[in-house]
Amino acid sequence: MRKVVIPIGPQHPALKEPESFSVTLSGERIMAFSARLGYNHRGIEKACEDRSYTQNVYLTERICGICSHAHSTAFVQAVEEIAGIKIPDRASYIRTIISELERIHSHLLWLGVAGHEIGFDTLLMYTWRDREIVMDILAQITGNRVNYGMNTIGGVRRDISEEQKKNILKAMDKLEERTLYYITVATSERTVIERLSGVGLLPHDDAVRLGAVGPTARASGVDRDTRRDDPYAAYDRIKFKVITDAHCDVYGRTLVRVGELMEAYKIIRQALKDMPEGPISVKAPRKIPAGEAVSRYEAPRGEDLHYVKSNGTEKPERVKVRAPTLANIQTVAKMLEDRQLADLPIVIAAIDPCFSCTDRMTIIKRAGSRKHGAMAWDELRAHGINWYKNKGIDFSELNEKLKKANKV
Amino acid sequence: MIWPGKMLKQVLGSIFKKPATTRYPFHKKELDMPDRFRGKLLFHPEMCIGCKMCMRDCPANAITIRKIADKEFEADIDLGKCIYCAQCVDICPKKALEATKKFELASLVRGKLKITFKAEPK
Amino acid sequence: MLASLISIFIFPGFMFLVVAGLAGQFIDRKIYARLQNRIGPPWYQPAADFIKLAAKEDIVPDEANPGMFKAMPIFALTAITTSILYIPLWRDTALYTFKGDLVVVLYLLTIPTLTFFLGGWYSTSLYSKIGAVRALTQLFAYEVPLLMSILAPGLLANTWSLSGISQFYASHPWYWLVNIPGFAISLITLLGKLEKVPFDIPEAETEIVAGTFTEYSGRLMAMFKLAIDMEAIAAASLLAAVYLPFGLSFNPVIGFVIYLLKVLFIITAMSLLRTLFARLRIDQMMSFCWKYLAPLAFVQIVLNLTLKGFILR
Repeated sequence: MRKVVIPIGPQHPALKEPESFSVTLSGERIMAFSARLGYNHRGIEKACEDRSYTQNVYLTERICGICSHAHSTAFVQAVEEIAGIKIPDRASYIRTIISELERIHSHLLWLGVAGHEIGFDTLLMYTWRDREIVMDILAQITGNRVNYGMNTIGGVRRDISEEQKKNILKAMDKLEERTLYYITVATSERTVIERLSGVGLLPHDDAVRLGAVGPTARASGVDRDTRRDDPYAAYDRIKFKVITDAHCDVYGRTLVRVGELMEAYKIIRQALKDMPEGPISVKAPRKIPAGEAVSRYEAPRGEDLHYVKSNGTEKPERVKVRAPTLANIQTVAKMLEDRQLADLPIVIAAIDPCFSCTDRMTIIKRAGSRKHGAMAWDELRAHGINWYKNKGIDFSELNEKLKKANKV
Repeated sequence: MIWPGKMLKQVLGSIFKKPATTRYPFHKKELDMPDRFRGKLLFHPEMCIGCKMCMRDCPANAITIRKIADKEFEADIDLGKCIYCAQCVDICPKKALEATKKFELASLVRGKLKITFKAEPK
Repeated sequence: MLASLISIFIFPGFMFLVVAGLAGQFIDRKIYARLQNRIGPPWYQPAADFIKLAAKEDIVPDEANPGMFKAMPIFALTAITTSILYIPLWRDTALYTFKGDLVVVLYLLTIPTLTFFLGGWYSTSLYSKIGAVRALTQLFAYEVPLLMSILAPGLLANTWSLSGISQFYASHPWYWLVNIPGFAISLITLLGKLEKVPFDIPEAETEIVAGTFTEYSGRLMAMFKLAIDMEAIAAASLLAAVYLPFGLSFNPVIGFVIYLLKVLFIITAMSLLRTLFARLRIDQMMSFCWKYLAPLAFVQIVLNLTLKGFILR
């Protein structure tokens, strides 16, 4: 049958945010798939350079609505590392609690969206009704349902009172009961299993090679979680499990996310019990000394990276954000090889795309010339490897070690 | 063989429960905002000392403090630009700004979004 | 002459179907919402939607064939109105009847699906073409079990006329219980005919925008939506006439109320099924219909044939 190229996006009911995919179809089979990013680019990295650090806390929060605390905390952690500020313990526990609450609300939202993409609107209505419990708790603690505004350089802005602690614990019990029900629905409802199993296969080696992060990678058996590998906030003092799964398909990703929900309830209960008394912030200087720092954070979608470079003034010199969806979007082309068109919405929804986080830009300015250029992906990769070779770090040994470690 | 229709009991039970949605805007009483809610700003002119820290820290440049007379200040707040982060509330040394619980601030005319808090005549 | 005009256009013809169709859509949406713990739309919502759509501009794409594009909704409406005239509603004879009208009604109710296909094909838009092809593929899947299970009671009654079937079951009470498996199969395949979840593949909103209806807007869209609602009522009446042929010998008013209750029951059952399942893929639907529904319908036919052998004995 003749091949037809259909555009999915930029405006499409399957996508919550604009992105352009062009899919080559032959009947119902997908022959080729390519993505084009950039529809949500707002110039946030440039805007960060014009505002002071305090103003940037709120600006980075608004990179994304669902993972807003992730971006804000990652930025604040980078700035605190440059300035050498150590935040009080109570503040790091509060940041942990808010970040787990955000993970809960994001995963419940994802369950609903996945249900909607496969035509199961009932699951959408029920999960979003239960998500209201978390939103009410967040509104009580922080004052808003999204874009919490909890962080400030040097700690957090609001404290958790005793009555709010009791409300949080009550909400955790209720949500745990509801989540157990959703686990049974996702694992034993026949039509859901039919739509989710075997769809969007991403074998383990491909997940490592394409650089997948977050639940997308963990469902392919890649055991990586920034909360355990590079602890921040209070995660080095809290015991929790990293959920991995060997299914490698959308069903596995559902199981990983629901498992993370159950772990989040345990983490919040532990954090509320262990939270010490004390101040919630320290005074931070307005002018941050010169330096640069990279901070990593496990957002609900994967590993979020912020790089901040300061030069001694009130405004940062460069802020760079690498959102998790940028790493995951390379995997969609591999997942859609040889599948049907009906699988496309759920496969894209399974990596939990957040294109608002993703669209950033890098400008290449070659030394000695005044023009801006563009670099292809292979050229950029070769450039990076050569740069490190000149510094004495050779990646070929590391690659051998990684291959051997993965085989074991 | 796994039979489909796992949600049957839950779904049938919902007929007897109260609906989870509210008929806003006909029923507004259920929407009581929590105490820390960051809604429309309220400015107390008698407490302002004109340090302009709020103007410096506002991420959206939404507030402007003007000096009318000695120790009398007025505030212009642009509700369209404000992002309701309450950073100005936190940073004010004299607690002259306060966040109320009002959130129904939409207007059909853009000019109505700029509000001014006039200083009290002495 | 005047009497037949009134019966074709007013009652139980076109106007009755329009009012019943809009009421049926309201009941379906309200029950769907209540099962999902929501409030649901008010009673005038389907009528308000229809009026709003009818007031908008219809846009005909440049490359589409304007004649066929505009004619398809009208064909759908006409076919459904014609079919209701042969279905016995509250008595055991329909308005008009002849030998073999069961088969004719079944074919008249297939015409709307063909108009969806042709309307989508002549829209010449990518999404419409994919949706149109899916509608026809789905037709191949559900049509055989549906036909087999609706013809099964006719085999027992030894006649292909709907009025004949109703008269047979009126004179042999309790024989309609044999057809319960056929009723279940018809209910499931009716979801496919009316394009509701889990079989709403031709109109899958999250995959192909709106499928066959992507390019339709304004009055033509209003007519298509009205045709779908009317098809629901007509198909529910057909199922009620074939599978639930009791209570047909009372006086007209009570008989009409009983008929309304039967249609209400069928619509409620379809709403419940709509709430419980996710949407299937087209290949899964094909294998489901041919592997499970068709053999069951065949078993129902064999059952009816053996029972007929015993009665005639």
